[in-house]
Amino acid sequence: MRDHALEAIANARNLAQLKEVRLAHTGDRSPLALANREIGALPPSARADAGKRVGAARTEVAEALQQRQEELEAERDARVLVEESVDVTLPWGRRPQGARHPITTITERITDVFVAMGFEVAEGPEVEAEWYNFDALNIRPDHPSRTMQDSFYIAGGSEQASGMVLRTHTSPGQIRSLLQRELPVYVVVPGKTFRSDELDATHTPVFHQVEGLVVDEGITMAHLRGAIDAFVTEMFGADLRTRFRPSYFPFTEPSAEVDMQCFVCRGASVGDPTAACRTCSSEGWIEIGGCGVVNPRVLVACGVDTDRYSGWAFGLGVERTLMFAHGVEDMHDIVEGDVRFTQAFGMEI
Amino acid sequence: MRVPLSWLREYVDLPTEVTGRDLATTLIAAGLEVETVEELGRDLSGPLVVGEVRTVEELTGFKKPIRFCTVDVGRANGTGEPQEIVCGAVNFTEGDRVAVVLPGATLPGGFTVDARTTYGRTSAGMICSASELGLWEDHTGILVLNGLLDPVPEPGTEVAPLLGLRDDILDIAVTPDRGYALSMRGIAREAAVQYDVAFRDPAEVETKPDSAPGHPATIQDPSACDRFVLRGISGFDPGTPSPLWLRHRLSMAGMRSVSLAVDVTNYVMWELGQPLHAFDRDKLSGAITVRRAKSGEQLTTLDHVERELDPDDLVIADESGPVGLAGTMGGLYSEIDESSTELVLEAAHFSATGVARTARRHKLSSEAARRFERGVDRELPLVASSRASELLVSLGGGRVHGLTHAEAVPSAELAPPAEITLAEQYASRVAGVEYPRGRAAQRLRQIGCTVLEDGAQLRVTPPTWRGDLSDPNDLAEEVIRHEGYENLPSIPPRAPAGRGLTPAQRLRRSVARALAGDGLVEVLSYPFLGERELDALQLAEDDPRRGTLRLANPLNEDEPLLRTTLLPGLLRTLARNVGRGNTAPALFEVGSVYLPNDGAPPAPILPVDRKPTEVELAEIEAALPAQPRHVGAALAGDREPSGWWGPGRSAIWADAIEIARVVVRTANAEPVVRAAESLPWHPGRCAAVYVTLADGTESLVGHAGELHPRVVQAYGLPERTVALELDLDGIELAQGVVSAPQISTFPVATQDVALVVSAEIPVAEVENALIEGAGELLEELRLFDVYTGEQVGAGSKSVAYTLRFRAPDRTLTSEEITAARDGAVAVAAERFGATLRS
Repeated sequence: MRDHALEAIANARNLAQLKEVRLAHTGDRSPLALANREIGALPPSARADAGKRVGAARTEVAEALQQRQEELEAERDARVLVEESVDVTLPWGRRPQGARHPITTITERITDVFVAMGFEVAEGPEVEAEWYNFDALNIRPDHPSRTMQDSFYIAGGSEQASGMVLRTHTSPGQIRSLLQRELPVYVVVPGKTFRSDELDATHTPVFHQVEGLVVDEGITMAHLRGAIDAFVTEMFGADLRTRFRPSYFPFTEPSAEVDMQCFVCRGASVGDPTAACRTCSSEGWIEIGGCGVVNPRVLVACGVDTDRYSGWAFGLGVERTLMFAHGVEDMHDIVEGDVRFTQAFGMEI
Repeated sequence: MRVPLSWLREYVDLPTEVTGRDLATTLIAAGLEVETVEELGRDLSGPLVVGEVRTVEELTGFKKPIRFCTVDVGRANGTGEPQEIVCGAVNFTEGDRVAVVLPGATLPGGFTVDARTTYGRTSAGMICSASELGLWEDHTGILVLNGLLDPVPEPGTEVAPLLGLRDDILDIAVTPDRGYALSMRGIAREAAVQYDVAFRDPAEVETKPDSAPGHPATIQDPSACDRFVLRGISGFDPGTPSPLWLRHRLSMAGMRSVSLAVDVTNYVMWELGQPLHAFDRDKLSGAITVRRAKSGEQLTTLDHVERELDPDDLVIADESGPVGLAGTMGGLYSEIDESSTELVLEAAHFSATGVARTARRHKLSSEAARRFERGVDRELPLVASSRASELLVSLGGGRVHGLTHAEAVPSAELAPPAEITLAEQYASRVAGVEYPRGRAAQRLRQIGCTVLEDGAQLRVTPPTWRGDLSDPNDLAEEVIRHEGYENLPSIPPRAPAGRGLTPAQRLRRSVARALAGDGLVEVLSYPFLGERELDALQLAEDDPRRGTLRLANPLNEDEPLLRTTLLPGLLRTLARNVGRGNTAPALFEVGSVYLPNDGAPPAPILPVDRKPTEVELAEIEAALPAQPRHVGAALAGDREPSGWWGPGRSAIWADAIEIARVVVRTANAEPVVRAAESLPWHPGRCAAVYVTLADGTESLVGHAGELHPRVVQAYGLPERTVALELDLDGIELAQGVVSAPQISTFPVATQDVALVVSAEIPVAEVENALIEGAGELLEELRLFDVYTGEQVGAGSKSVAYTLRFRAPDRTLTSEEITAARDGAVAVAAERFGATLRS
């Protein structure tokens, strides 16, 4: 009986067969179960011995069953996992891929550099009063500086000028900050701006700027330079030199254009045709924006005590920054909204 | 402003080794924006010499006249024999001296000349025209040197140095504050300061006195002009050509040669910065007045445009009427011509704003207007007219005769720069650099200021050519830029602790991230649109979105309006993407719309000499349009693409509404959605989206759903395109503060109920009834089936929900669960006659 059972267990080829063997050899109607039941009918003298032998046989069979069960399960697991294997390189593009516009994300990055320095983000309306956009910024009527920026004017009713423009820069946001906030003022002003330039490879009538403004006691051009150096380090890397060139803006005096050393070639391309640099056109420098000491006339128009306070302002064009920082060659790509362009930039820049 | 280096060297002793590029670098550092440096004649090489034409043989049988010439080039060809050259020009004769380029030489522009056979003869070189030499545009023939050069150079002489064929030309973009830099005089002065070398002021010429009265002139409007000088020239020979040096310099400066008289006025303007105008005296009728135009007056200007004059226009008039737009452009009628022998030369000091307004009004930009707009040295009229008239008679004969010098008390704008008082250390304080005592005064004197050192104060009178210097900061800039911007130190910012982004700024970023994370791509579309696009949205005549602001000067006449909705820009961009083969574009935009304040008065122009009052500022705000920030989205084609896994799923109305919910939930607000009919959406597939404000009121924030088929057609979009537009500012108002939920660890109990209700009942209302009826034990409910059909009868639908119950503090009993479920069903039954589906 025992040998019979052990042989059947050993011969079970799979779990299903083993289940049958288990039923046949350990079930209620199995020979061992019947033998166990019959022990009671034996003479008392034979009961102990029979009981011992039947019990030993049952234990042995159960252990064999367990062992075979484990063997067969391991075998089954191994086989099934192999059979269930898939091609994990199959694409699963069921979720469409979204993206944020690089102009938005780079604006946020620039803004955040200043926020990290303690600046707050100020904003203002895009349709703006001429007074905020020009007069308060010392851009006088009939002065050539007013025509430096080709403005979109809002039509007034019945031959009347509306006194409003699409802001030509985010600088009116600086005026609003000075009028609304307590001194000292440390703000960064990002936003959409407008000039009546036709769209071409390098111009767009709707573009974006980020400006910074500080008005505090004892502010000098050295503080302006320090802030710009800190900005350049955060955005483009350490140890890049900056260069100020005298320039003219009505709202700052003294004024400067700011260049930074090219973050790609670091000047190595200058005069070396074999190392031409596309980022800086092998000039070694990249123009990043304009800046200067806030013209005291601007502070006066905002009611700031110019004996006590002075300030600096800095502005850059976001499109231009995106173009040189990420190698965008044509403005059309930035403005047309082709998702193939934008998707390349993902969620953050 | 184009500045030839050789010309500049006349006024400033630049070291000889200084190249145009060197000078450019220096001037850039000083604040002059040198845009390009043109190296004229850079590619010129090889023998280019003076030749004398010995013989001319006319070749016949060709379509055009061809000459075979022998030309004596001295020993330049190595043999001394005459050079044989074929030439297509006929404007020379035997004995003329010409410029000859010999084989092997390269002309400006990179053209290399070789001996070649042409028209049956061998031509060993070329006789050059002015254009071929890079001098100026001239296609009338070759350049004949006798008559242009005195003495006439000998054959064999090198031509390049003789004619100045090699030069460096700087092109400088002059900023609006630096009018003085629109002259050789001004640039030379800057260069002299930068190189610390001697400067010879071309304006320091002796102004010839002239006791003879000139052509009569009076200044009628002193607000527009305070100095008006006329000098007469009699017996001038109008046939005299401009000498080569004059033509060459004007050409390098970017001006065309017109006639000797015009060339000289342009030359002196370039040299000194003073615009000049020459009249033909015989064409003037009577005395000249400087006045404003009268309404109805007209003038045909030199550019042949007939202009209606504005009473604000400043004109030069004789007794017949205006003969010129002052400081902008002369009139055609009084223009000098090839027979003018009696000239009147005008030089004046005009109001910068007056000229600017006239130039802008007539859309006229001339070299004269550019200078007057930026301010011209008021001491120049007498000097410049003297210089020009002397030059004219020395070149074209005649005599200077008659001087009129009308003067008026200058208005504030025309007056010479006033004295400025500033602290000696002011520039140091602005720069953040300690300049040595005395340095500021030294720098200011270098640029022409008169400086009185008065203790710790400087009293500075700027020179007459620096009308831009009016404030201490202007002087500080002069000191700092000459001390070098490169020497400014760098001190890191020291801002006080900031408060970071505002909730609105954070929300905007979160919404953009949520939408991009949901598979949408951000666009930034132009806010310009035309009526056509509002029509395409099928908006009713009285739809508020038709109440737009209009641009006075749109770039595109078809798009003069400012958007009141983001949808046109989004739909245009969607169509562009579809047009480029994108089968599943999904776009979103966050941006402002502009909602005019109907009937508001114009925004006032406030004073700038003080802080405006609250009332004044409020007047500006009242004029400005409301400019809420909206968020919009549009989707077409597949929301989920097909692939090896099976078919895709098209974007439908529900996707748009769900995106709207995503936006609202990003603000931690709970969206409420109701059916609505609102264009441009499909009337049966449009949801109005509401938020609940803190006071419990509901506020409409926008719409979402499938677009109306007419809109889809009008924009050329794929069928069943869906869209949404929400007022982000409105959503922000509902932005809630999250209070943490209690998380129960007791077991959940699940009950399914299927209710039959009338088909018109929105499921949202059924849900509300179930939630209300189920009480607080309800943790969540989920609609898992909606069925219409035979089994529930016409006009009804079955909605099947899974309700999940849980208590915070105990395991629910079956009685409690049944009671909660029955409560839910009971409210639905009571409210909508809902019955349990058997």
